[in-house]
Amino acid sequence: MVKRFADHTAVDALSFSVARGSFFSILGPSGCGKTTLLRMIAGFIAPDSGDIAIGGSSMRGVAPNRRPVNMVFQQLALFPMMSVGENVAFGLARRGIARAERVKRSNAMLERVGLGGAAHKRVDELSGGQRQRVAIARSLVLEPTLLLLDEPLGALDLKLREHMKIELKQLQAAFGTTFVYITHDQSEALVLSDHVGVMSRGRFEQLGTPQDLYYRPQTPFVAGFVGANNRIEGRATAVAGVLAEVTSADGWVVHALKSGTIAVGDAVEAFVRPEVAILARSAAELPAAQPRHAGEVQSVLFDGANSAVLLQEAQTRREFRIALPQTGQFSDLKPLEKVAFSFDPSRAVCFAARTDA
Amino acid sequence: MRDSRWHARLVLGLMLAPAVLWLGALIVLPHIDLGVLSLRERVGPRQYVASLAQYRTFFAEPLYWHVFVRTAVMSVLATFFTLLLAFPIAWIIAKLAQGRAGSLLFIICLIPFWVSETVRTLGWMILLRESGVLPALMVKLGLTAMPVELLYRDATILVGLVYTSLLFMVVPLVSSLESLDNSLIEAAYDLGAGGFTILRSIVIPHAAPGITAGCIVVFMLTLGNYLTPTLLGGKNSQWFTEQIYTQFITRFNWEQGAAFGFLLLGLSTALVILGLRISGQRFGDVMRAT
Repeated sequence: MVKRFADHTAVDALSFSVARGSFFSILGPSGCGKTTLLRMIAGFIAPDSGDIAIGGSSMRGVAPNRRPVNMVFQQLALFPMMSVGENVAFGLARRGIARAERVKRSNAMLERVGLGGAAHKRVDELSGGQRQRVAIARSLVLEPTLLLLDEPLGALDLKLREHMKIELKQLQAAFGTTFVYITHDQSEALVLSDHVGVMSRGRFEQLGTPQDLYYRPQTPFVAGFVGANNRIEGRATAVAGVLAEVTSADGWVVHALKSGTIAVGDAVEAFVRPEVAILARSAAELPAAQPRHAGEVQSVLFDGANSAVLLQEAQTRREFRIALPQTGQFSDLKPLEKVAFSFDPSRAVCFAARTDA
Repeated sequence: MRDSRWHARLVLGLMLAPAVLWLGALIVLPHIDLGVLSLRERVGPRQYVASLAQYRTFFAEPLYWHVFVRTAVMSVLATFFTLLLAFPIAWIIAKLAQGRAGSLLFIICLIPFWVSETVRTLGWMILLRESGVLPALMVKLGLTAMPVELLYRDATILVGLVYTSLLFMVVPLVSSLESLDNSLIEAAYDLGAGGFTILRSIVIPHAAPGITAGCIVVFMLTLGNYLTPTLLGGKNSQWFTEQIYTQFITRFNWEQGAAFGFLLLGLSTALVILGLRISGQRFGDVMRAT
């Protein structure tokens, strides 16, 4: 399956393909063109140039109601004037399938999404998660080649969202339908997908597996957008092999892995993940091979397993975030306490600075 | 505690007083009087007895119930045509027109109502009478050899009624169509539905309270209209309100006129209830849509 686009104002010269049966996410901040892209795949908007092919055949000039694609809308768009069963059977009726067969298939589908026996309920009698499943069932019952999901978890509360995330992944695995999922929530994209395209300003910044995006970001945008990251902008003051020495404008020197070609004197951005840095009460406890930094605790951000500490680097008062280890070693950490930290330069990364940022 | 509740009741009472007085003095009292009038018969000078003679006359005289049925049928037709014409207009205003274009279209619908109904209807007469604009144009285009009288036809009455009622249909339709989430239409389209199916299974069920509200308002206005049928239909109009007028003013037979008034009230009530039954709407939902 190949889709090609070119020269849309919102979606700009962008080309990608999704393997059949895989879960592909398009991740990007709001207004990056991801909804436009999805609507083009669904057929609500025509691309100005370029083409979309689904299962090898071009979709140019094919209306949404004739495409082998179904969409789960952001607000779900269940039909309130129909029962749950009628909602699911709606697409089947449009294909001219006989009533008895429709009822049979829609009940079977509701059964598969765990809503057996809910066919006669009204849509507004269902909870948020159940509606979600009805919306997915309504699309999947048509056995589309491709299912598009437009931030379907956005309207749910956090707990349910976490639950539905897992459920979606299981549904996709069970049905084997190709899912194209758009979201601005990086955790949804990372958890769910086989492949993720990170989108910004109508272009793909990077296409890859969630692991690729997280551990090997290729652009500063991806490094900053996917997962938490400490960003240090400055100039490359020395280059040695794969590493570069980055000096910030206010004089903090850090070391990071080069991404792309970087020469001495170039404006660069370095990124250090909070969990890469090692925190210690005294510099002597830190690994000897790593350059050491000093800081002062600004605040402790307790969030269970995701707890972190926000430091100010001693020299520049620059904010730096470090994930707290789960050993409880730093549970008594207080603001204004002096600490030391270091990180492995080969696990930090630096890029030539974005010229347009 | 009791004091403040009493105070609140007093305020509420005072606020409702004008509406209650209005309803009581102008609607309820006259109707009670008319009801009493309709149920009596004059047997001699200033001598009346209670009787159903007025209603009996209505059924005994074919002209009366003929006009009655004709008025009902024409009103239903006018309501139907108004709906047919108003729906696309409302759709354009609610769904297709962007931003200011929508308000502009709405104002265009409203502008004719700045002119009094009499003047507007006279405008139709200028256009349609034998020596008027349209017959002259038809002769010029070679459609007819001689100017044709376009007034005093049923179709003309219908045109006038539809024209007068259009706004009262457009307003509830626009508000009910505006509340329709566009993604429902897209979802139906995405699931394989065509335009007609979407209209039938998504748009109309959603807009049903608005459609019913518009139909009720237009039907009542049309049924009780006097001016448009009289001016555009002339002697041929045979509108039931004219019969009432004749009984009250020309014949000075208030008893008969009152009975006709009640028959018309009964007719409109019956047809509204029938309409609600057929469309499966609840009166409360419909009133919220207006």
